[in-house]
Parts: sequence; structure tokens; C-alpha cells
Amino acid sequence: MSETSAGTKELQARPTGGDRSAVRTLLRLWPWVRPVRVRLFSAACVAIVASCVGLVIPLVLKWIVDGPVAEGDSGGVWLGALYLLLLGIGEAALFGFRRWLVARPLASVEAAMRADLFGRLQRLPMAFHDRWPSGQLLSRATTDLMLLRMFLAFPLTFLLVNGVTILVGMVILLLQEWTLGLVLLVPAVPVMAVCWLFETRYAAVARTAQDQVGDLTTVVEESVLGIRIIKGFGRHRRQAEVFRDLALRLRGTELAKARLLAAIWGVIVTLPELAIGAALVLGTVQVSEGDLSAGALVAFLSTALALRWPIDSIGFLLAMSQEAATATQRYFEVMDTAPEQETVPERESVGGPPVRAEDRDRPGDRGGTDRSRGGLCFENVVFRYPDAPEDSRPVLDGVDLHIRPGETMALVGGTGSGKTTLTALVPRLHEPTAGRITVDGRDITALPRAELRTLVSVAFEEPTLFSASVGENVLMGARPGAAPPENTTEKAAADTAEEAAGAEEAAGAEDGHDDEEALRRALAVAQAEFVHRLPQGAGTQVGEQGLSLSGGQRQRLALARAVVGRPRYLVLDDPLSALDVHTEALVEAALRRVLAETTALVVAHRPSTVLLADRVALLSEGRITAVGTHQELLRESAEYAWLMSGTTPPAGAEPAGKAAAGSSSAAAPHPHSTQGGGPR
Amino acid sequence: MSTETSTGTASPEPKPEAGETAPGTEERQPGAAPAAPRPPADRPHADHSTAAPPEEAPLPGTRPEEAPAPDTHPETEAETETENDAFDLDALPAPANARGLLLRSLLTPLRGRVAWTAFLLLLQQAAVQAGPLLVAYAIDRAVPALREGEHGPLYAVGAGYLLCALASGVLQYGFIDAAAHVNQNVLLDLRGRIFRHAQELSIDFHERYTSGRLISRATTDVESLRELLDEGLQELVTVVLSFVYISAMLLWLDLGLGSVAVASFVPLYLLVRRYRRRADQVFARRSTAIASVIVKFAETMNGIRPVRAFRREHANDQDFQGLNHRHERSNGDALLEMARYVVGSRLVANTAVAGIVLWGAYRVAEGGLALGVLAASVLYLRRLYDPIDRLGMFLNSYQSAAASLEKLAGLLAQVPSVPETTDPKPLPERRAGRPGREVVFDGVRFAYRTGGEVLPRFALTLPAGRTVAVVGSTGAGKSTLAKLLARFYDPTEGRVLLDGTDLRELSVPELRRGVVMVTQESFLFSGTVAENIALGRPDASREEIEHAAKTIGAHDFITALPDGYDTDVRKRGGRISAGQRQLVAFARALLADPAVLILDEATSSLDIPGERAVQHAMHTVLHGRTAVVIAHRLSTVEIADRVLVMHHGRIIEDGTPAELIAAEGAFGDLHRAWRESLAG
Repeated sequence: MSETSAGTKELQARPTGGDRSAVRTLLRLWPWVRPVRVRLFSAACVAIVASCVGLVIPLVLKWIVDGPVAEGDSGGVWLGALYLLLLGIGEAALFGFRRWLVARPLASVEAAMRADLFGRLQRLPMAFHDRWPSGQLLSRATTDLMLLRMFLAFPLTFLLVNGVTILVGMVILLLQEWTLGLVLLVPAVPVMAVCWLFETRYAAVARTAQDQVGDLTTVVEESVLGIRIIKGFGRHRRQAEVFRDLALRLRGTELAKARLLAAIWGVIVTLPELAIGAALVLGTVQVSEGDLSAGALVAFLSTALALRWPIDSIGFLLAMSQEAATATQRYFEVMDTAPEQETVPERESVGGPPVRAEDRDRPGDRGGTDRSRGGLCFENVVFRYPDAPEDSRPVLDGVDLHIRPGETMALVGGTGSGKTTLTALVPRLHEPTAGRITVDGRDITALPRAELRTLVSVAFEEPTLFSASVGENVLMGARPGAAPPENTTEKAAADTAEEAAGAEEAAGAEDGHDDEEALRRALAVAQAEFVHRLPQGAGTQVGEQGLSLSGGQRQRLALARAVVGRPRYLVLDDPLSALDVHTEALVEAALRRVLAETTALVVAHRPSTVLLADRVALLSEGRITAVGTHQELLRESAEYAWLMSGTTPPAGAEPAGKAAAGSSSAAAPHPHSTQGGGPR
Repeated sequence: MSTETSTGTASPEPKPEAGETAPGTEERQPGAAPAAPRPPADRPHADHSTAAPPEEAPLPGTRPEEAPAPDTHPETEAETETENDAFDLDALPAPANARGLLLRSLLTPLRGRVAWTAFLLLLQQAAVQAGPLLVAYAIDRAVPALREGEHGPLYAVGAGYLLCALASGVLQYGFIDAAAHVNQNVLLDLRGRIFRHAQELSIDFHERYTSGRLISRATTDVESLRELLDEGLQELVTVVLSFVYISAMLLWLDLGLGSVAVASFVPLYLLVRRYRRRADQVFARRSTAIASVIVKFAETMNGIRPVRAFRREHANDQDFQGLNHRHERSNGDALLEMARYVVGSRLVANTAVAGIVLWGAYRVAEGGLALGVLAASVLYLRRLYDPIDRLGMFLNSYQSAAASLEKLAGLLAQVPSVPETTDPKPLPERRAGRPGREVVFDGVRFAYRTGGEVLPRFALTLPAGRTVAVVGSTGAGKSTLAKLLARFYDPTEGRVLLDGTDLRELSVPELRRGVVMVTQESFLFSGTVAENIALGRPDASREEIEHAAKTIGAHDFITALPDGYDTDVRKRGGRISAGQRQLVAFARALLADPAVLILDEATSSLDIPGERAVQHAMHTVLHGRTAVVIAHRLSTVEIADRVLVMHHGRIIEDGTPAELIAAEGAFGDLHRAWRESLAG
């Protein structure tokens, strides 16, 4: 956590697994096991005692056979049977006790690990999510964690328990008959060697299998999410073939895994059995020579046979441990990725002046730092995706743009020119590679993210709704969720958000009332009155598990979400694309009033959206090549005219620099010329 | 969850024959804007017939009007309670004993392998269980023989044990390998079935079932079956076999002792039954719980941007915590059930051992039983009850798998509502120079299964080679019309004909050569850009792919990607903007080269040059195709030969753009509004 290097730099490709030993990997589970360590260790102790009780039972048998039975003492027989019964009850009770001890803790370890994974994933840099298919993440949260729970339930305990049982058993055997005991010890070395060999080879196969499960999950997920495309092109058979290929590959890996397991199991079954056979032959000789009683031989073999299961099970316990180790590795590939860092530590978050409600009402008129640079300001911003090669051309290559307080700036540019990328920099979903962005004259990297994201509200190009009611979906723009704030930073953010939500309301007014009012207002702006006609109005469930709405309806809700908190800064990415002309006109009218009160950056594809803005900035080749009003740019920038009308630009268009010079821009547009526009 | 829709069902639903046209059901407020569409009662049109004049009677408050955009969500209109509950509770109805049938159908094709596997296990168990018999032989025969100087029996014991040890090892290897083949084949089959079935199920199913649940079915539920097969079945067979073998041995050794042992199976059986009953419920709960965890997880990861921008992390943590906790509880419950079973079965087993030993020892003391027999019996007894824990493991995985199988059976029992014909008819040859096909909606009516009518009965002919634009507000039924034509849905009544052939009689490949739909969604699958385009026609050459991309204006941005057409869209530098994704979707459609192309809001994310490129392509490459364009951008409509204006499921205007603009209808109003938006 001490690392303060620029947010997403520490991202690397998947760490190369396999060089760690399974034990060291598994040791990393300790932080989650720690809270349940007492119960887990007690359970292990109980299990050891239970196993030892199991080992004592043959001794009682021996005592019965050699004593009362041989002597015909019926009373002794009763006593022996009673001992046997008591031991049996004790054993059963201990077994149950062990399971009772670990049942809840094991479930809670799994749940805690899953919750931590979920929490971490939510806080990892965007670049991480861009790179990882969610199927791979999902398989970590489900299959891998189940493997880990099973590891804690069986292998962890039973490797210890069986180890102790085997040791105690061997001691008992050696004490009973050291010659026969030594015979049984002979296979120990080869068995251990085989186990070691097995462990290294199994690890690699297990890892491959788990990754293939992740790939399979990804295909399933994509096929479900892209079902309309697959159906639209009649490609479901082909998709099924792709799936089958992957499933076949997984099957191959699983079979290889099984062969390894079969081999070790074969060895582990054979060698001890051979030793027991040898002991039996030797023992028989000894009995016949009178060196050993029959009862002693029975007891000895009974003990030896009691050790069979512990020994046999080592094979699959090791296999499970190995799989758990790879699961742990996969888990930590996510957990080891550093979450987004507050690049400049808390310096301003606590001490810095929180945004006051009165400031909000007069955007840009903050009697504070650097008035000339108020508003939203990009200063020579360069951005290259953190996973792009160092020498590649940056997506944004020196963006200079100043949006004055209270102003609405439209951002226009060709498809793929980096408009959406630029908008993602404002709420710090990505960090600029170089240059800086300021809001109200403050560097956004100096602001805690939560505070920044309260200041800046975004409507994304793809309007995602969550499984919640319509009201909750919209109001999440006003408050950072119902969760109690965790620390001071969050607290500050929550406070500012509350203020934002209730800017007009008297301080201390009821949240519920504020929310209702804010919701009503936001829905009105987005012309989302259809909400009131939903089965349960704003309480209707939408998203994955609710009503699915049309693209236009979702877009309007996303817009309502962006404006509900009356943010100081509004970033809208093509907010009207899915609306029909009529609704668009209504939304525009309402949005105009909202935009009058905020500083806004609006990505626009069409003249109608551009007209919402006071000025327009043209993004081309990663730079702002022209800033001005719509009319100015239409006249002066050929590229702009082309983008807005789709007509081929006249040959020999003027350089964009001139267009910018003619505007009243406060920003310093790059003296970079656009070669008459045209598609790139 | 289910209540949201019950409102709709409970309130009296007016079902006028001609469909519902309650005013106020539209989103825009008539009169609030200049361009409100008027019902053109006075405007009869060529080739469509609306059965009845629009009904004007308002039905205030009788039911939530227009609530869910009906073209996106079938069941919300009015679904029966039970059906909804099935989806909401994640418990799709499956025929009785479906899980047993499913398991059987999975294993039947593998009968031979299953038999071979069982045979190997049979032999292996025989080899393993021979041990105590050899001990008895050694004590009762080899010892006395040795005392008489005869070594034969001793050699026999040694050789027998050696043979058994080797055989059990080799057979163990063979068995695990064979079992793995069975298991993996079953899993391959099951995975394939789920995947294929999910792909075959119609769009409306997917809209209701949610992707998260489907993913959960294909991953965790398959995983629990894997556990059952991997460990469980082997355990079960081992346990049953050793029970049978050992009981037989005991009965053979001594009838009395054997019958006591066999009698002890009765309480064991009762215990097993009780456990199964209780575990059934616990595991069903657990399976549902993990599914909702997965839904939440997938939803969050897929919507990570808004999650971050709106600071939902804490709220999500809390929600997830709740779902996770529910899973944790049920998980713990399952483990506790197991603990209860283990205690019970151990008690029974240990009591039985004590009882048998007591009785046996008594009889030996009285001389009624040979010592060797008692020794062997005792050894067998220990072994008899050894597998009890393993039986527990089996039951555990069986119950878990049973819960999963139940859900899988429910999924697999879903009948695709748009089934593929078993008796496909070919389309007539396309005439040279006339690549388009004629589309006829012949008396088509569409309503959701439970009665919510979306499209009242209508007839419509789209002549081959013409471009028809469909406009209208959200919920007017445009998308439903398109989905009927693309055969995402089948009409409730009537037929959709493509060059005279009912769509239902076409095979999928034939249908998709005929009709292709490009939607607003621009989902990209993992893989390269080229592969994504080639989805339109998998056998296309690289030249053809590039040609399609060039035609639509996507070539330039694709070649600018790090690896050009071979750039993996999920890997480094493969970021593709929404507009670019839509271009890829178009390239895909161009490549597919259908006779009928449907564009459902497919240009919403394109900028104007992109839109022009699409229009250009439709004039050139797709010239002569029949095209249905659904758009709210009237710029797209301008290129149409004919415009249909839809309102509440009816076609209210029909004519060439020029005619409709000239007329005083809804389209004329829309068009004027649009011109104004351009002018500013």
C-alpha cells in the first residue's frame, strides 16, 4: 500500500506461475485462515485424537484375544467389549465434534475470500478490467474458491492428521514388533519420492486445467451476452463448435491429470500392501516359532491395516492440495494487482476545503485559487493505455482544452479519435500518461477519487443499469450508496454528495424527501416519465434480474443518473444517441436548463447535440485542433464540416489553427493543422 | 421480485380485438411538443390492413400503460404468476424424475465403458479384500504347517499377498484411468448439451433467465456434477462393493457374526435416508444462493465503469455481502448436516463392532469358533465400517450434484419457442440481378404467450430490392416487427414469408443467408477483429473480410490497431470504441451478404460520416437487397424508398418519404422537427 507510483503503472501481465512451491503458495491463505485458526487447529487436534483412538482399538482387540478369550474369561470378554464400545462412542463423538468445529468457519473463510476478491476487483484500475475477461474472474470467485474451501476442509487437516496417525501407528507397530515394523517402513522412501515427483508434474497440469475452465467460462459468458448476434447470423452451431473444441481440450487435460493421479495412487496402494504381505509372512514364521503370539500378530496386522487408509489417501490429498495451490495462485493474480492509488496521498482530502453548497450555486465564482484557471482544464494531456507498447502513438497526444466555469463544451471528433477516452480521464477511470487535468484549478490527482467523482458526474455511452429499482439506479448518481463511510475520505465524499443531493433543500431536511424530489427532477430532465407508468413506478426492478428496458429508455435513465446529484461538472458521452428525434428535442430543452448551471463536457456526434454547447472542441489526431462555436467551426474547419454534414470537404481546406484563432477560446489550441479533415 | 408483475396480472386488462391504443400510453405528451403524432384515422393505406380503427377510450389507472417497452420484454405484460415465479425463484419446472433421466441419458451412451470401469473396480476390490482372508489362512493353516516343517502354505500366503498387492495397484491405475474417461465424456456431453440448448433457446428466454444464471448453470452446477463423478461415484461403487464383499466374507466365515453385521445396515440405511432428505433442501438453497452471487458478480464486472464513476463500490460490497452471506449460511448448513450424519453412522458402526466382538469372543472362549476366524472377522469388520465416511463424501457430492442436476434438467427441459424445422425447405433461387427477396407478413399478429398483444393482426408486403424505413416511438412495435422478420420470435398468428416460403420452414443456415439483422448492440467476441467480422461468413477469405471493412469505412481504424486485423479485441491495444464496434457489426453484415438486411437502430453510435458510409454501402454493395431500417435518425430514413410509421403496434402511415413529408401526418411533423435540429 505504500506504493504511490502513478495509478495503473504496476499492472503487469499474469505473473508466471509454477515457480513457487505449493506450500509457500498455500501459506498465503493465512490472513483468511487466521480468524478461524483456533477452531481449525482444535479441529485438527480432535481429529488426531480420534485417529489415535482408532489405533487403540486393535490393541483392545489384541488384549481380548490374548487375554479373556485365550483364558476363557467371560467377564473379561464383557469388559473388553465395553472398552471397545466406549472407545467407539468416543471416536464418533470426536468425529462429529471436529466437523461441527469447522463447518461454519470453513464457509466463512470461503465467503470472506470471495467478498475480498469482489471488493478488490471493484477497486482495480480500469486497465485491469479491460484486459481480463470476466469469465476468468468469475471462475476465480467460484470454482477456485470452492477448491480452497475443500482444501481447508480435507487435505489441510488430513495431511496433518494422517501424518500423525501414520507416525503414531508406526511407533505402535515398532513397539509391538520392531522387526515387523521395520519391514513396514521400507516403502516409506520410495513412496515419498513418488509423491515429490508427482507434485511437480501435477501442478502444471492442474494449472492448465483451471485456466481452461476459465476460458470455457468466458465462451459461455460471451455466447450468452452476444446471443442476439449469434442468432442474427445463425452462428450458434459454430459457436457450439468453438465451445466443443475448448471443452475437448479441457477433457484432454483432465484425462492427463487423471493418469497422473492413477499412477501415484497405484504406487501408493501397491508398495505398502507389499510390505504388509512381507510382514505377514515373517510374522507367520515368528508365530510358528513361538516368538510371537497369534493375538499379537492379529493386532499388528490390524494396526497396519488401519494405517492403510491414511496412506492411501495421501495421493488424493496431495492432488487436492496441488489444485488448491494453483487455485490460490490464480486468486492472488487478482489480489496482487494493486488497486487504484490515491496518487497524492490524503494531503488535500481531509484538510482541503470541501466543496460548499454555496460555491455550487455560483459555478466558477469560487473566491479561491487561480480564478483564471477555474472550470475544467486539460493541460497538455497525453494518454496511452498502460498496456500499450511504450513506442506506440498515444491515443491523446497533448490535449489542451479549457472549459470555463459554467460553460458547456461539445467534443467532436471522428470515430475512434479518443473522445470517450478523454471523458474517462476526468473521473480518473484512467490516469493521464503525462500532463494534468484540473477542476476548479485543482489538479484532479490531488483530489481523493471519491470526492472527484462526486464533483464530476458521467453518463456513459453504454447505459448500464444494475439489478435494482429504477429509483435506486437513478439515485446512485446522488449518493455514494447506502454504505456507511469507511474512513474520513469516504466520509467527506458522502458529505459532499449529500450536499449535492440537497443543494436547494434546507440543511437537515429528510433524505427520503430530498431523494424523491431529486429523482422527480432528474427524471423530468431526462424525459423519463415512462418510469411512472412502469408496473411499480420508480420502484420497478430493472437490470439483469428485472424488467429489461429499451436502449432509449436506458439511456434516459443513465442521463437522469448523471444529473440527479446536480454535479458541479457533467461529462456526457453522446447522451442522446438512442433517442428518437422527438424525445431528443424534449431532452435537449430540459438538459439546456441543467447545463446552464454546470460546467459540462458533452461528446457529440450530431449537430443537434452540439447545439447544447456554448462552444465546440474538435479532437483530431489526439489533439484539440480547433475550438469555437458551431457556426465558426462549420465555416472554418473542413474536418468539422465533414463530421457534421458528412459531405466531402472542399479541397484545400483551411488549417484548423485558424479556426481556433478566430474563436474566443481561452485555451491555447495546438498549432497543429488538420489536413482538410477526411476519414483516417 | 414477482410482485412487480403481479400488478399487471391482477388488474383487469382490456383486450380489445384490435389491440390497445389507450392514449397516454406513449412516452411523449401530446401537445407538449410541436411534433406530436396524430392518429391518422383518415389515412387509409395501400397494403396493410388494421382490423379496427384505433380505440380512443382512455383507461386511466386500469393498468400500467405501455409500461415495459413491450418489444424488449415479453413476460412483463402479463405473465401467469407461476411462470414468473419459476424464473424469479430460479426453479424452472422439470418433469418428475428429470434429474434421474438426465443422468441416465448421459451415461447410456457410455454403457460399455461404465461396465468396463465397474469390472476393473470389482477385480480391484477383490484383490484388496483378499488380505484378511490370507491372514486367517496364515494363522489357521500356515502356522500349524510351519510347526510341522511344511513351508508350502507359507509360500502360498506370500505369493498370494504379492499377487494381490500388485493386482490391486495395477487395477487401481486402470480403474482411475477408465473412470476418468467416463467422467470426462459425461461432462463433455453435458457441457455441450447445456451450451447448445442455451444457444437454441429463443431470445425471450434469454431475456428472462438472465445471463448470470445461465453462466452459473454452465459452470458451478457442472462443477458439482464433476465432483460427484470424480470422487462420488468412485466412492459409491467402492463402498457398495466393499459392503457386498465384506458381508459375503463375514457370512462365509461365520453365519452368525455375518448376519449381525448385515443387520447393522438397517440403521445405517435409515441414517442415510434422513440425511438425504435434509440435505436435499440445503443444497437446493445453496445452488440458488451461489447463482445469485454469480449474477451480482457478473453484473458488477460487466458494468465496472458506472460502478466506479458513481462510487457504488461500498453499496455493492454490502449487497454482495448479503448474497454471499446467504450462500455462506447454506454452505455451513450443508457441512453441519454432514457432521450429523457422520456421528450417527460412526456410532452405529462402532456399536456393531463392539457387539460382534463380544459375541465372537464369547464363542471362541466357549470353543464354538476358531481364533483365526474371529481375527479375520474383526479385521473385516474394521474394514466394513471404514468406508462409512467415504459414503458420507459420496452422499455429500450426490446431494450437491442432485440440486444442480435438478436445475440443469429444468433448463434443458425448456423448449425453444422458435424451433428449427425438421423438414427444411429451400428458398427459390435468387433471380440474377435481383439479389433481394420479397417479404410478406401474411395476417400476422403477435402477442406474448399470456396475452399482451404487441402487434394486432396486419398484412404487409415489402417488395424485393426496396429499402423500407420503420419509424415510431419506443414501444410502437418496430423492434417486434424486425424480430419477427429475423425470426427471433414466431408470430402468434399468420405467417412471415420470404419469397413465398414461411420462415418457419427454413433451416437456420438458409434463413441466415436470407435475413440478417444488425442491432444496436455491438458486442464483440474474444478473438481477432477479422474473426469478429468473419462471424458473418466463416468461410470468407481475408480479402473478402478486408473488402467488407473497406466498404463500410472500417478498414482505416482496423489497420491502425497494433496487429491490424489480427488484433485480439480483448488484449493489448484492442480497445475499440462504440462507433467502431458498430462499423465492425456492419462489416459482418456486409460479409454475410443477405437477401434481406434489417438494421435495428444500428447506426446510433455512428458519427455522420460513418452513417454516410453505411448509406453508401447500402446503395452500392447492398444495392438490390431488401432492407428494413429501424431508426430514429431521420437521415437514415431519407434513403428509404418507403416509410412506415408505427404507433402502438399499428402502421399508421405508409408512403414514400416525399409523400409523407408533404402530408400533415406524424412523419411530416417528425421530419420538420428533425430539419430544425439540423438547421440550428
